[in-house]
Amino acid sequence: MAQNMTADAAHAHDEHHESPVVFGFWLYLMTDCIIFGTLFAVFAVLRDQFAGGPTGHEVFELSGVGIETAILLFSSITYGFGMIAAHENKVSTMRTWLGVTFLLGLGFLFMEIREFSHMIAEGNGPDRSAFLSAFFTLVGTHGLHVTCGLLWMAVLLFQTAGKTELNERMIGKLTCLSLFWHFLDIVWICVFTFVYLMGVL
Amino acid sequence: MADHISSSGEGHGSVGSYLTGFVLAVILTVAAFGLVMSHAMSPSATGGAIALLAVVQIVVHLIYFLHMNGSSEQRWNVMAFTFTVLSVLVLVAGTMFIMHDTAINMMSR
Repeated sequence: MAQNMTADAAHAHDEHHESPVVFGFWLYLMTDCIIFGTLFAVFAVLRDQFAGGPTGHEVFELSGVGIETAILLFSSITYGFGMIAAHENKVSTMRTWLGVTFLLGLGFLFMEIREFSHMIAEGNGPDRSAFLSAFFTLVGTHGLHVTCGLLWMAVLLFQTAGKTELNERMIGKLTCLSLFWHFLDIVWICVFTFVYLMGVL
Repeated sequence: MADHISSSGEGHGSVGSYLTGFVLAVILTVAAFGLVMSHAMSPSATGGAIALLAVVQIVVHLIYFLHMNGSSEQRWNVMAFTFTVLSVLVLVAGTMFIMHDTAINMMSR
């Protein structure tokens, strides 16, 4: 970290203008934390209210959840490699890693939509019980965030198309999305632990 | 590690640090899934264990993927984060406590 701080001190004057953007986005993520905290609280209260409907044992498929978890974890590290390439100004490498991350995110979304439609087709939609309402709201909100992250990633891929170097502004945008993407993975840790794994105990 | 561009407020990791975080995250995830699927412990013990594993994994992600650390440039990020964690804890624990009490007193369970 020592060499990092020296570098920062040397660049403090001309580069400090990026800081408010990333910090502001960090504050947005903190408010997003509150949203998810609220939804987790709702789920914690309603997780036993089955209304005669199915329990977690009957509707959750752990193998699918395991694959979704693996996909998100892989997408986190591929985005990380993309950021390393971005900081080294290797635009095409960065775009390749971002493309891989995009495909992994798409795979996650595909699996989640398949799981949801499967449950709804069996009559276990959000209208079945309070437990399922809370489940669909919580996991659906996370899925919505992933969708937004994918749209954002597609926009950044479009904006960096044909570029040979990345300016400070673009690095800032990529940094914000990296925070967003890693944050979604952290939310998913709570989802698979407190919703899926604890739901089948 | 190329330091010619520094987006202050967020440090950036190296391939090694990302891989370290990834391996730790995989171990913690597999441990949580393994504990539940093997039925090695009682349900309540398993619940406590996977909750602990989740907290450890969140810390791993924060350090290795979100690059949080104790440096001065991160002070406000960490402060905002600490306040948020505190708020979420009050929110979740408070909600569960109040709703549990309500359910008991209304004899709805």
